Amino acid sequence: MKTTYREAIRTALREALMKDPRVFLMGEDVGKYGGSYAVSKGLLAEFGPERIRDTPLSESTFVGAGIGAALGGMRPIVEIMTVNFSLLALDQIVNNAATIRHMSGGQFSIPVVIRMATGAGRQLAAQHAHSLEGWYAHIPGLRIVAPATLEDARGMLGTALADPDPVLIFEHQALYNVEGTLADDAGNVDLDHAAVRRAGKDVSVMTYGGTLGKTLEAAQTVAADGIDAEVIDLRTLRPLDMDAIAASVKKTHRAVIVDEGWKSGSLSAEISARIAESLFYELDAPIGRVCTAEVPIPYPKHLEDAALPQPERIAAALRSVVGGRG
Amino acid sequence: MPSLGADMEAGTLVQWLKRPGDQVKRGDIIAIVDTQKGAIEIEVFEDGAIEKILVEPGTKVPVGTVLAAIHGAEQPGPKAPGLHIPAPATRTRVSPVAKKLAADLGVDLHAVRGTGPEGAITREDVERAAAHAAAPGPKGPALQPPGLQPPSGARPDMRAAIAAAMARSKREIPHYYLSTTIDMSAALTWLRAENEKRSIADRLLAIALLVKAVALGLREVPELNGHWVDGAFRKGAGIHVGCAIALRGGGLVAPAVHDADQQPVGAMMRAISDLVARARAGSLRSSELADPTITVTNLGEQGIDAAFGIIYPPQVALVGFGRVAERPWVVAGQVQPRPLITATLAADHRASDGHRGGLLLAAIDRLLQTPEQL
Repeated sequence: MKTTYREAIRTALREALMKDPRVFLMGEDVGKYGGSYAVSKGLLAEFGPERIRDTPLSESTFVGAGIGAALGGMRPIVEIMTVNFSLLALDQIVNNAATIRHMSGGQFSIPVVIRMATGAGRQLAAQHAHSLEGWYAHIPGLRIVAPATLEDARGMLGTALADPDPVLIFEHQALYNVEGTLADDAGNVDLDHAAVRRAGKDVSVMTYGGTLGKTLEAAQTVAADGIDAEVIDLRTLRPLDMDAIAASVKKTHRAVIVDEGWKSGSLSAEISARIAESLFYELDAPIGRVCTAEVPIPYPKHLEDAALPQPERIAAALRSVVGGRG
Repeated sequence: MPSLGADMEAGTLVQWLKRPGDQVKRGDIIAIVDTQKGAIEIEVFEDGAIEKILVEPGTKVPVGTVLAAIHGAEQPGPKAPGLHIPAPATRTRVSPVAKKLAADLGVDLHAVRGTGPEGAITREDVERAAAHAAAPGPKGPALQPPGLQPPSGARPDMRAAIAAAMARSKREIPHYYLSTTIDMSAALTWLRAENEKRSIADRLLAIALLVKAVALGLREVPELNGHWVDGAFRKGAGIHVGCAIALRGGGLVAPAVHDADQQPVGAMMRAISDLVARARAGSLRSSELADPTITVTNLGEQGIDAAFGIIYPPQVALVGFGRVAERPWVVAGQVQPRPLITATLAADHRASDGHRGGLLLAAIDRLLQTPEQL
């Protein structure tokens, strides 16, 4: 079946709404407008205003309402327009959603799913285009996932809803229009394992979400130089699938991390540190990182492009860690 | 910092004899370096002008460190400061997995060339070296990563250097040993007659004849003259005979008589006397320590009969002489008293076989029977 990333998520939403009456969607403009990225287009007509709920422009309020509904037995899907806006709901997410199971001694759980757009590349400037999922991956009590493929866009939501604890889904805004083929019987996918998107023997490249495609393109480029890169799609950013990373690095002995977040205090830093901690004696080259320049995302196209990880920079990093070999 | 032997890891720059701007030519002594073998005069191998001194006196640096930049004669014209000056090679980079693998496989990282980022030695480089050294041998002078040095301040003394070289030799070199007894009547008779013609200062000792005979013998058996490097024998560019010299206060050096096969015995004697004096004064030159292609050890003075030596890597042979002693010897069916010496050969079986080693000892014997031709 030919489809898009956006339609794959909509299919998942529709399936969840049909299968479980406790599921409902709420967020800014998800109803009448059909979602700021048109993900929920048509769902209001199909499921009605009780289950497709437009909210005020108050992230703290509607995320808190979602947490309360989950506490009360519902299975809410809360959409936040972008990760930048989610900062207004940090208190609800970090102080409530992530902690209540712990603080109640396991008596209460928060089976909420919070979806939000992340990332840059569409000239939305510094208040709508940052990649802050690494911050959320810092927080115990949350599961953080980042669908990078049509299969994961289609399959992660259902599994997230089945999780008794809060799951945050980060959808890269540059992916919504990506087209591809999806199996007719595509369904839920696991949220525990990273996936090898390209097998290789010379260098392991860990990435996720919006930079997976760029990384695969770079891997293709350096293949012409005789460098056989293995591309790992992390899929779940918390908890990290270190077993998959270790298995790959033990095979290739070289590691590069591609992350649209900034380097400082980031997910790429965390992965790098864990590799250095547990795989030091496997390494045949310093760990490489390709991240966004340490600036607020610029608005002008050429500056935005320059700030973000691009296939050329990724390819250069791959050549650099492989060195004079080949 | 030149390598003055396979066992040398670092040296201390003691004194510069040239200053920036000074003209130097090949063979000039430009600096004095303190090593495990004492103070060594460092020769220069390029003509040109000293452009910049990169290591200050008193500094201990690993072998391979650039000591000074020389502005070659073929590159006239002004230069921007810093341009063309290679950065001091302060550290050999070895990736963690390469280091671990090298330890597991017993690969000597000093001789491995790095192909990784910034010239680092990678896993593949170690694997290649391990495959290459299927028959691991002593390595030639090579860059030493300072990570493998003893901590600064704990400078290994000469004993430790000898220990390292000899242990490596016995570990890596499959020695074979031969010995033969040589009638020295002709040599000593000639020597007495020759010395009567010479002033006391110019008189010859038997060692001059012995070293010359070894050098000429090596022309006939070149596979005993040279070095075993990276799993293969490399023939010596000349016949540079290292003469083992015991130092007062203990220890040993074996500096070279260069081109010993071309030295008349008088010059040979002067060269050996000069080496002994300078070895004991601690002023040998870098080339004398780095160049020997074979070693001769003579322990006759101590009254021993035969000396079976340990090869100094990466050389492939060592000739030993005991004392000259008058003993019964059968000549033409008659027992006669004759002055006899036992010559021995310790040789690297990777580079040569016993048959060739036997030819060297036979040649030394034959050459000593016609001392006037030496």
